[in-house]
Amino acid sequence: MASLQIREALRAAIDEEMARDERVFVMGEEVGYYDGAYKVTEGLLTKYGERRVVDTPIAEAGFAGVGIGAAMCGLRPIIEFMTFNFSAVAFDQILNNAAKIRQLTGGQFTLPIVFRGPNGAAHMLSSTHSQAFESFYCGFPGVKVVSVATPYDAKGLLKSAVRDDNPIIFFESEIMYANRGEVPDEEYLIPIGKADIKRACGEASKGNIPITVITWGQGVSVALAAAELAAKEGLDCEVIDLRTLRPLDDEAVLTSVRKTNRVILVYHGWPYGGTGAELSDRIQRLAFDHLDAPVLRVCYEDVNMPYAENLEQLVLPTAQKALEALREVAYRKV
Amino acid sequence: MSRDTALQTEASLPDADAPPKPDAPPDADAPPKPDVNSDDARSPEQLQRLYTQMLRIRRFEETAARAYTQGKISGFLHLYIGQEAIAVATADLMIPGDRVVTTYRDHGFAIALGCDAGACMAELYGKATGLVGGVGGSMHFFAKDKGLWGGYAIVGSHVPVAAGHAFASKYNQDGKVTLCFLGEGAMHIGATAEGMNLAGLWRLPIVFVIENNMYAMGTPLRRQSPVEDLTTRAAGWALAADRFVVDDVVDTRARLAEAVEHARHHNRPALVELLTYRFRGHSMSDPGKYRTKEEVEQWRSRDPLHHCEVQLLEAGMTEQELEAIDNEVIAEMDAAAEFADESPLPEPEHRFRNNLVEDV
Repeated sequence: MASLQIREALRAAIDEEMARDERVFVMGEEVGYYDGAYKVTEGLLTKYGERRVVDTPIAEAGFAGVGIGAAMCGLRPIIEFMTFNFSAVAFDQILNNAAKIRQLTGGQFTLPIVFRGPNGAAHMLSSTHSQAFESFYCGFPGVKVVSVATPYDAKGLLKSAVRDDNPIIFFESEIMYANRGEVPDEEYLIPIGKADIKRACGEASKGNIPITVITWGQGVSVALAAAELAAKEGLDCEVIDLRTLRPLDDEAVLTSVRKTNRVILVYHGWPYGGTGAELSDRIQRLAFDHLDAPVLRVCYEDVNMPYAENLEQLVLPTAQKALEALREVAYRKV
Repeated sequence: MSRDTALQTEASLPDADAPPKPDAPPDADAPPKPDVNSDDARSPEQLQRLYTQMLRIRRFEETAARAYTQGKISGFLHLYIGQEAIAVATADLMIPGDRVVTTYRDHGFAIALGCDAGACMAELYGKATGLVGGVGGSMHFFAKDKGLWGGYAIVGSHVPVAAGHAFASKYNQDGKVTLCFLGEGAMHIGATAEGMNLAGLWRLPIVFVIENNMYAMGTPLRRQSPVEDLTTRAAGWALAADRFVVDDVVDTRARLAEAVEHARHHNRPALVELLTYRFRGHSMSDPGKYRTKEEVEQWRSRDPLHHCEVQLLEAGMTEQELEAIDNEVIAEMDAAAEFADESPLPEPEHRFRNNLVEDV
C-alpha cells in the first residue's frame, strides 16, 4: 500500500493504461509542457512524448470533437477538461456526437473515450467556475458518468473508464486533488456502476436510528463529517458513495433504504432536476412502503454561486446542513 | 467566380519542406483508380461511368422526393440534386480506408461510394433493412466499410470529428485521408473554426470541402459572410486553398485530386470551396421563394449532369443509348423504392440497441 494524493492516483491510472495500451493518449489544455493545470498529468509528456500527450489550444469543442473522431478510429483518448465548466462549450460534441454516434449508426462505431476533469465548486471561484455538471451529463443516454472521492476509487475507476468501450464522463474535484489515501501497489480495477458503502450503520434500536445518506464526489466528505456529528445524537448514518451516477446502482441504494427507512441525499449540484431528483424519484417509486420520512436533499441553494466567502458557504452543502436534514428525517427537528 | 490557378499552397509553414510520406500500402482488392490527369480522364468510357453515377444520385433523389410527397418518407429530406458531381468526383479519389464525413445532405455520397440504393431508400422509409437499420434516417447515412463516415446534422459539429479521424491517421501513420464536406453555412459557427485550426496546427491529412450552394437554408451568402471568398480564411489556419465552380465533373475531380494528394503525401490539409447549386429547396418543405427563377435557370444551364450528357453526345453516343442508361437507372431506383416499401419495420426492441456497447 502507498499513500497517494487523488491527483497521483489519477496519474498512476493514466500512466499504467498508457503503458499497457498504445492506443491510449491524453489530450487537453496544458496537459503536456505545463504538466497539467492541476498536475494530474505531470511527467507524462516526458515519458510518452508529444504524440501521446497532446497540448491543445483553448478549443474545447475542437479537441473534444477530435477525441471523438479519434475514438471512432479505434484510439482510446483521455480528454482533459481543465474544469468541467469549460466543457459547456463542448457540450454539443458530447451530447450529439459522443453519446449518439453508436446509436445512430446502428452500432457501426465504438467510442472508447474518457472526458475527465474537476467538477463542482472549489473555493471562491464565483458562478461560472463553480458548477456541478452531473445533472447535464446524466440527463441523456449514451454515456456513463463516474464521480470519485478517494485516491483508491480514483485510480481503480479511471483505469476501468479507459478500458470501457463507451464514452465516460469522469468527475474529479479541484479541492480534493491533494487528498490522500491508501492505494494498493498491485494493479486493481473498480467496476463502473457499483456504489461503495463508506460508512456502515448498525441495527435500529431504542437509542440508535439508522439513516441512509446517499452521496458522491465532494459530497462524500460532507456526509462523513455529518455522520460523525449525528452519531453523538444517536443518528447512525450509512453513507453510500454512488461512485457511478449513470448507470445508477439502484440495488445498493434500495437495499440500504429498505433497511433504514430514512434517507437524505448530500451532493454538490442544484436542486432543480438532475441526479438528486432522479434518486428521489427512484426511492419513492421503488421503496415507497419502506419510507418513514420524505427524502431530503442537501445540495446547492437554487442560486448562481456568489464569490464572497460567506455567501458561498451559505449556498454550499455543509455538514451542519446535513445534520439538520438527518434530524428532520428522524423527526428530531428542534 | 472561378480562379484560374488551382491549389494555393505557397503560404510559408514551419515545416513546409517535411519529406513526403510514402505511398499508402497497395490494397490488392481495390479497383484501380482512374488517373485523373491522364489523357484518358475524359474518355467516353470514363464519362459514361461518371454520368451514370451522377444520374443514379439524381434519380434516387427524385424517387425519394416522390415517396415523400406520397407520405412514405417523413422527417427532414434534403436533396442533393444539382450537386451530384461533387460526390461522384470524390469517390474516384478515395483509396480504401479514406473517409468521407459530410452533412445531413448525405444521400449523394452514399450512392457514389457504393451503398446499395435499396438500403439507402429503406433508411429514408425508416425500415429495418435501412443503411443503419432505420434509426438514423435521411440525415444520418453511415457506411463505415464504404468510407462513408456520416451523415451529421448539427451544422459544423462534424468538422472537429473529421479532424479527429485525420488525427488518428497521423497517430497511426496509416496514409489515409479524410474528406470533410460542409455547407458554406457551416463556415460561421465555432466548431468549424476550432476543427480547421487544429487540422492546420497539427498538419492533419484532411481536406475540408465547402459545398457552397449559395444559401444556408434561405439565407444567401452575402447575408452570412462579410467576405464572399470563403477560402480567404484558409491562410489563418495554414490550409492550402482552392476555389472553383462545379460545372464539370472531370475538372472537379482533377482539382480535388490536387488537394487530396497534398493532404496524403505532403502533410498539407486544405480548404476547397466549391461553387455549386441545389436545384431544389433546402429540404422538401422549402419552396425556395428566396431565389429568383432566373437565378435557378442560370445555374441549371451549368448543371454538371447535363454538361456531361452533352459531352457524351459529342463523343458519339446516341440519344437512344443515353435513354437506355436512364431507363436502367430508373429501374434500379424503382426497385429500391419497392424494396423499401416492402421491407419490415424495425423490431420494437431495436430502440434499446446501441445506446451503449452493452445494449446488443
